[in-house]
Amino acid sequence: MSGFAALLARDLRLAWRRPGDIAVVLAFFVVATVLFPLGIGPQANLLARIAAGVLWSTALFASMLSLDRLFAADYEDGALDLLLLAPWPLELAALAKCTAHWIVTGLPLAVLAPVLGIAFGLDGPPLLALAATLLIGTPTLSLVGGLAAALTLGARRGGALLALLALPLCVPTLIFGAAAIESLTSGEDLGAHLAILAALALVSLATTPWAMAAALRQAGE
Amino acid sequence: MASPLLDVTDLSCRRGGRAVFEGLSFALGAGELLALVGRNGSGKTTLLRSLALLVRPAAGRIAWQGADVADDPEAWRGRLAWLGHLDGLKADLTVRENLVAAARLRGVPADPAAIEAALAAFDLLPLAHRAARTLSAGQRRRTALARVRASGAAVWLLDEPLNALDAAAQQALRDVLGQHLAAGGLALASTHVDLGLPGSRRLELGA
Amino acid sequence: MADLHFLANPARFRRFSQRVLPGLTLATVLCLAVGLYLALVQSPPDYQQGETVRIMFVHVPSAWLAMAGYGMLAALGASLLVWRHPLAALMARAAAPVGACFALVCLLTGSLWGRPMWGTWWVWDARLTSMLLLFFLYLGHIALSRAYDESERGDRAAAILSLIGVINLPIIKFSVDWWNTLHQPASVAKLGGPAIHPTILIPLLWMAVSFLLLFVLLVLVRTETEIDRRRLEIAEQGA
Repeated sequence: MSGFAALLARDLRLAWRRPGDIAVVLAFFVVATVLFPLGIGPQANLLARIAAGVLWSTALFASMLSLDRLFAADYEDGALDLLLLAPWPLELAALAKCTAHWIVTGLPLAVLAPVLGIAFGLDGPPLLALAATLLIGTPTLSLVGGLAAALTLGARRGGALLALLALPLCVPTLIFGAAAIESLTSGEDLGAHLAILAALALVSLATTPWAMAAALRQAGE
Repeated sequence: MASPLLDVTDLSCRRGGRAVFEGLSFALGAGELLALVGRNGSGKTTLLRSLALLVRPAAGRIAWQGADVADDPEAWRGRLAWLGHLDGLKADLTVRENLVAAARLRGVPADPAAIEAALAAFDLLPLAHRAARTLSAGQRRRTALARVRASGAAVWLLDEPLNALDAAAQQALRDVLGQHLAAGGLALASTHVDLGLPGSRRLELGA
Repeated sequence: MADLHFLANPARFRRFSQRVLPGLTLATVLCLAVGLYLALVQSPPDYQQGETVRIMFVHVPSAWLAMAGYGMLAALGASLLVWRHPLAALMARAAAPVGACFALVCLLTGSLWGRPMWGTWWVWDARLTSMLLLFFLYLGHIALSRAYDESERGDRAAAILSLIGVINLPIIKFSVDWWNTLHQPASVAKLGGPAIHPTILIPLLWMAVSFLLLFVLLVLVRTETEIDRRRLEIAEQGA
């Protein structure tokens, strides 16, 4: 079993043993999303208009919630040292942890969002577009968020600082993710938007593992 | 003395602008144990971490069989087994699962025989199915030591291995260390207490 | 006991800055004086916007310096991570707040400029929004570098962040530009100035150069302060 697969399997097993942690994140997603109609008013056409942006934004916030534990748990129990000492690339280890985060957080968000989209008055095609954009976009959130988590490992005010670092870097994904859903009504090409989201994910994949590994080595010093 | 496998020359480490230790040199051959002694803060942990390449030394050379370990850090890490201040155990995994996961995380398939033998050596078989968070500090330390034993690594870097161990466990550690050294392995251990192994050498830090 | 390793470069830097600062200060003041005169007095008021167009002479150079400043942070970050240059960390700490201030000035002047034209204190113009995000990136850098008790850790984390940030900046700018064209109606909500021609260009360049000198001056002065601060920190730890 390769080191990547071993780490991924371990983290997934650990997440499985703490289902409450995932449930809390998803519950936050629902509660935060519901605040918007309550704050803005239930007019159907207004809700349908803001649905894409609201759902993407609250998905972004929900993703951020579980990020500060991504490396902190290993840092606190000493398992991070063992990862730093593993005889295979640390970049892959960082990638494995982000993959686990995505499976446990991003994927459920992508599945849950269309359900909430119904509450905003979206129907078939936009709901599918919502799920598709989140599926392609949330890996970027896990990668960028993972980088922010690695950079703030052991810092004071780590959680808030993590969000401050990660959210501006997630803005392109947010813009294209929300716009992709609206492209269905505006007549633009959904495929092009999804391609851009995929490109953003690939850029993150190409840049963040190295930065994460560098940041994790700093934490080990 | 047999030709040294581990050769450290002129090692210096700095933290926050201060020198923690400077100009350390020593050599260690197969079957040898180096006990690191010194007061708290004298740099024992930093020395172990710099040998593991976790901390970048300010100066000096660490060589294994004549070759600088910095040239191939991945290969060097494959030769090491590490025991830090923290146990490195996942609280929600059982003792056995922790050992299996740790083995797999070294990129090799877990050897069930080695794991069972390691559990037996530290009297952990009755506890093997218990989650790590339910264990006492001494039991967790024993689990971490079992992990080291099961790794099959040639060089053991142990930071305060006797911490939290009762007399029986300390004896188990001595037995395990003795077997490791007899098989040609090397070990460096920081300790306040004499490990009581014949033929071990001392390096005093902060003197 | 003071760490000689650290002192070698900063001592040289101090000698350099002591020599340079007086002349640099004079040049900055003179340049600013000329630039402000040209911008506020000599250049003509705009046909459409009247006197308020003069805000552009502060707004546009601030934007340039804010962007150049982040590029400098990234270069310093690379210098720290790759060559372990001891001064790079301190200079980055000094430069980040200066760059952030230029970004803030750009945002505030942009807001002031827009108010008479559109009656609101803020418009979601592509350039202003990009500058706002750049400002957040600066804030992140400043906060991260100061988030650790051990300064070196903060310096290196911020260095990594600045490199990732500089790669992301074009992406962010591209996506915000695109977002703006998608959502803005065809009406003129752009914060563009009048077309650039010589009576505008010359004062603009003067202001740009004087802002650059000001940036360098502030960074040099602040770097000296950071050197002192770091020395104090080392002395306290060694005591």
